[in-house]
Amino acid sequence: MNAPVTSFDAVSVSVLPPVARFNLRIAPADLATVSKAFGLTLPTKIGQGEQNGDRAAYCIGPDEWLLHAAEADQQAIVAAFNAVREKTPHSLVVISDRELTISVTGPAALDLLSVACPLDLSRMANGSAKRTVFDYAQVVLIRDGEDAFRIEVWRSFFPHVHGLLEIAARELAIGL
Amino acid sequence: MLLIHCPYCDDTLPELEFSYAGEAHIARPADPSKLSDEEWRDFLFIRTNVKGVHAERWRHINGCGRFFNALRDTVSDRFLTTYKAGEARPDTTTLEAAE
Ligand SMILES: [Zn+2]
Repeated sequence: MNAPVTSFDAVSVSVLPPVARFNLRIAPADLATVSKAFGLTLPTKIGQGEQNGDRAAYCIGPDEWLLHAAEADQQAIVAAFNAVREKTPHSLVVISDRELTISVTGPAALDLLSVACPLDLSRMANGSAKRTVFDYAQVVLIRDGEDAFRIEVWRSFFPHVHGLLEIAARELAIGL
Repeated sequence: MLLIHCPYCDDTLPELEFSYAGEAHIARPADPSKLSDEEWRDFLFIRTNVKGVHAERWRHINGCGRFFNALRDTVSDRFLTTYKAGEARPDTTTLEAAE
């Protein structure tokens, strides 16, 4: 798909290329085994993220993680988890195509997101992630830096969320 | 907007992330067929509807996904505390004394 980009000096909204994306449910006591399978130490506190190259893991529930990897690595990761499932029960669901990722960057990123996200975003640490709402659509919000965020949103909610971001970005650009 | 403390996330978050799930500490009878119609009706429909401190379930549906319990004053809408599912209802008198 063509990546739509709305860009002004203060804030830029763009759609990022696809990634391999997984939802992992597992007992926290078994984290070490799957950390080894995934090649990254999974964080243990809700909201925390861990990143190494193109692999990333975000803890979004007491026993739930969102995993990211390069698109080409998807099958290898599924196989690695399959290999440890017998001794370490867990569920790994491929959700690569379920969601699209929107990048929001620029000095006005916080202002733009607060248009429809009820969280106090200034309290969110860099590198952390949160499942939350964006105008009633459930999203996962990832903070990559002071002025850099990613929104992961289900495909069916994408036109609504992206449309709102575009409108609000234009309003910010003309000083409304 | 109300701010609600999720005991699993250990964070105080906007009400929009949560959904209400009725009165807390209502255990389903182990053997429903042993109950009279009146007892079954009471289990299904009869709630305390308290004016004051109410123990109620909430779900952090747009967050960690977990159900937990809260003590909320139905007059002031103020949350006294929240606690994990399965834990006993905290003593209200000590909570109010701590305020
Ligand atoms: Zn929570």
